[in-house]
Amino acid sequence: MTDIYLDEKFIGTVESPKEFVHSVIDERRKQKLSTMLNISYDPEFDEVSIHTATGRVRRPLIVVENGKPLLTEEHIKKLESSDIHWHDLIEQGIVEYLDANEEENAYVALTEKELTKEHTHVEIDPIAILGLITSLVPYANFGQSSRLNRGSKTQKQALGLYASNYLLRMDTDISLLQYPQIPIVKSFMHDISKYEKHPCGQNITIALLSFDGYNMEDALVVNQGSIERGLARSFYFRPYNADELRYQGGLIDEIGVPDKEVKAYRSEEDYKFLEDDGIIFPEAKVREDDVLIGKTSPPRFLGEMEEFSIAANTRRESSIAVKHGEHGVVDMVVLTENDEGNKLIQIRLRNERIPEPGDKFASRYGQKGVIGRIVPQADMPFTASGITPDIIFSPHSIPSRMTISHLIEVIGGKVGALSGRQIDGTTFSAESEKDLRSELLALGFRENGTERMYNGITGEAYNATIFVGNMYYLKLKHMVANKMHARASGKIQLLTRQPIEGRSAGGGLRLGEMEKDCLVAHGASLLLKERFDSDKTVIHICESCGMVAIYDWLKKRSSCPKCGANAEVNAVEMSYAFKLLLDELKSLNIYPKMNLKNKY
Amino acid sequence: MSEEIIKKYEGKIPAPMMEEVKLALKEKKLTKTQLETVFTRLEEKYRNARIQPGEAIGIITAESFGEPGTQMTLRTFHFAGVAEVNVTLGLPRLIEIFDARKEPSTPLMIIHLNKPYNKEEKHLEKIIAQIKEIRVYEILNEVSINLLRLQVEFVLNKKRMKELGIVEEETAKIIKDSLKTAEITEKDGRYTASPKNKEAGLPGLYTLKEKIKEVKIKGIDGIQEVIPKMDNNEILLLASGSNLKEVFKIAEVDASNTITNNIFEVAKNLGIEAARETIIAEASKVISEQGLDIDIRHIMFIADLMTVRGEIKGVTRSGITEEKESVLARASFETPIKHLINASLTGEVDYLNSVVENVMINQPIPLGTGLPSLITKLSKEKKK
Repeated sequence: MTDIYLDEKFIGTVESPKEFVHSVIDERRKQKLSTMLNISYDPEFDEVSIHTATGRVRRPLIVVENGKPLLTEEHIKKLESSDIHWHDLIEQGIVEYLDANEEENAYVALTEKELTKEHTHVEIDPIAILGLITSLVPYANFGQSSRLNRGSKTQKQALGLYASNYLLRMDTDISLLQYPQIPIVKSFMHDISKYEKHPCGQNITIALLSFDGYNMEDALVVNQGSIERGLARSFYFRPYNADELRYQGGLIDEIGVPDKEVKAYRSEEDYKFLEDDGIIFPEAKVREDDVLIGKTSPPRFLGEMEEFSIAANTRRESSIAVKHGEHGVVDMVVLTENDEGNKLIQIRLRNERIPEPGDKFASRYGQKGVIGRIVPQADMPFTASGITPDIIFSPHSIPSRMTISHLIEVIGGKVGALSGRQIDGTTFSAESEKDLRSELLALGFRENGTERMYNGITGEAYNATIFVGNMYYLKLKHMVANKMHARASGKIQLLTRQPIEGRSAGGGLRLGEMEKDCLVAHGASLLLKERFDSDKTVIHICESCGMVAIYDWLKKRSSCPKCGANAEVNAVEMSYAFKLLLDELKSLNIYPKMNLKNKY
Repeated sequence: MSEEIIKKYEGKIPAPMMEEVKLALKEKKLTKTQLETVFTRLEEKYRNARIQPGEAIGIITAESFGEPGTQMTLRTFHFAGVAEVNVTLGLPRLIEIFDARKEPSTPLMIIHLNKPYNKEEKHLEKIIAQIKEIRVYEILNEVSINLLRLQVEFVLNKKRMKELGIVEEETAKIIKDSLKTAEITEKDGRYTASPKNKEAGLPGLYTLKEKIKEVKIKGIDGIQEVIPKMDNNEILLLASGSNLKEVFKIAEVDASNTITNNIFEVAKNLGIEAARETIIAEASKVISEQGLDIDIRHIMFIADLMTVRGEIKGVTRSGITEEKESVLARASFETPIKHLINASLTGEVDYLNSVVENVMINQPIPLGTGLPSLITKLSKEKKK
């Protein structure tokens, strides 16, 4: 007797499990049972499990009977003429979805050619073993699997036309590529997924060449002329919003140009873009710390009101200003209300991003790198026909990573660009490399894709012929403008008096434990002290009790709260964090007495 | 003539170096000036090789281990084939050594044999039988619990016993002697063990069954497997499990060459200096196996620090860190509250003599350029 489980619950037993599973599958194919149901038999545990739960991963396969797929030429013709549709195939039991368990019982052929009597299913196309994004990688069967992974990962980070209604949207942290192009080398998944309606990259001319060391370690050398012509330009959008919040006691935030009497008033200069309603106007060119929405809030504590009689005095400034390190143009201003019915103002800031050293780019094969240098077009190497590449890619990036698909795309892109057509690079069923090469030869170029090139600065021909061609390149969302950070001095924490953390807050760069150890190992004692001077303080200590004493700077007199005015008091320099530690020890009833001694 | 010069430099260069020079002098004839040059050069080289005062050797040692340590793979190395022993290597083993864990995760002994046993294979079986530990479960045919009579019944595997050279009567006697809580009787080769305390019931029977399985019949405690190995024309025994004391008692064993990877056992049986050598050898083994290169002096330094108190101390908060003089230095490494409170209870004084404390209070550290200081005595007239 074999146990049967329905969604992991025991529901009964059956004598002959295999026949039972077969009959259930037959019923399902005849539409007598739901096509969402999956059944499998596990001979090891001798149990039949039926799954109907949501969230299972299932994939479609063509049913095979007696070594013949049920899908015939007739079906395909009808599909092409739209006489039947996908759901008809499922209803007729020609195509069925299997989950991971049922797949264990199935014997699936990759192609129709491999079919034998034992097979139960055949793949719709060999590319179906890959996911959506992975099948967007052309010539994937020529590359290493781990590179394929990385290649599909970078495609998700590429800038493009992310949504066609972008003008109406308020997305956080989003970029838009200015001139997205459809790829010359594509896969058939590009057609299915309507990739060409929302492309994410640009076709560029690429040369595999080293260039004065500026493309070492995966860096790229980019042609300034190309950038000036609009290569890889993008817009970066960031929303800013302000609510008119309501507080207890009928108090309310007020959106408008703040009164000069208000607490924490910025300077008049900061409010210069605000119109009479306290909101900035569209197309205003703003810089960091410029106010976008003027706002004042009621005092935080009611006690503050008693001190001053004029109400305006007690209101706090709470305007929304452009974040530290950012600038741009006000793209859109929206006046609306939030869920609670309070006034809500949203502003979208637009910032044009021209490629600069440090911006990240990638091909579709996990070959990613940042711009190392932007070279004037006049200094770029050129071919005999006068073509200068847009990007110079380092040949050292190829051997260890074995991304052959990258190289094939360069040839494919070159053929496509010269003959004015798109190249089919679908994994497993692409146009063959041999055909591409002979076509390239017919187009009047070398079969191997190389060309004679000349040094752009000296005009001399390079001894070697250079591999040049066209390929699809992606600008990734990681741009230096969002990441670079440095500071000399700035904000400190209230508690420890040490610099605050984080780029957005304008914080310091931490010299950590291991960095400290390096200075210690070098014996750079005084440099180390200086590095940690960020929170140094001078503290007056009573010689007799070893506790913090008082020094009156006006009267130039010191006294100890414990030992009186005649106590010997000396100034000691230490880090504020250590003073804090002593204070915390005191709060634990531990007496940290300091014995002062002259160091020398 | 040369004796004069040698005497002049005695003590200025280390003794082993001097011995080497003397040895070389026997073969080569040198003039007086030549010998003088040799010694001045030697002295200079030796002086330069010494560590400068104020060098941060501790941090440098830590960095020398830390940087290559990041490249170490976490996998444990498995020997190919059946007849070898699994040993933990790599980072886990290094952590084990420096943390001074009481038991290595894979204890291992390399047993050398005395002449002539280290050349002749015929004695091997007998020696291995003496060392390898055999417990009842290895020679059991079946064991079951009789629920009706509330007793454990078991049958011994005669064939296996013959292979291992065990006499059944002796085995039965050992089992009887080691189980005081049960009565053991035999009938037609079928043994029954009934607990004396009938109250214990079924759980008692289960524990009895497990107890019977674990009774040791012969061999040395803790040595699960012994594998002979040919190394440089000498027969070695690799034993998984470690018990130095008992292994040394076996006459055929060459006690002066036999080693174990259990540092604590070495310290207990052979002394702290031997333990230090074991730490150095074991750590070097891990590092060279990983294809890394760390100067032996760094390893020696850590081994010195771990053994300097006469007992093995790990590089942990309860080990060598505990030894630090400064309260603040101890508190800066794990469990700060414990150290601060204990210090306040005993009224400890921190003289701020070391590195960490001075980093904490933001003073120049007493190392490198922060170590020397200039002191001038002002004359009385000038002081006015």
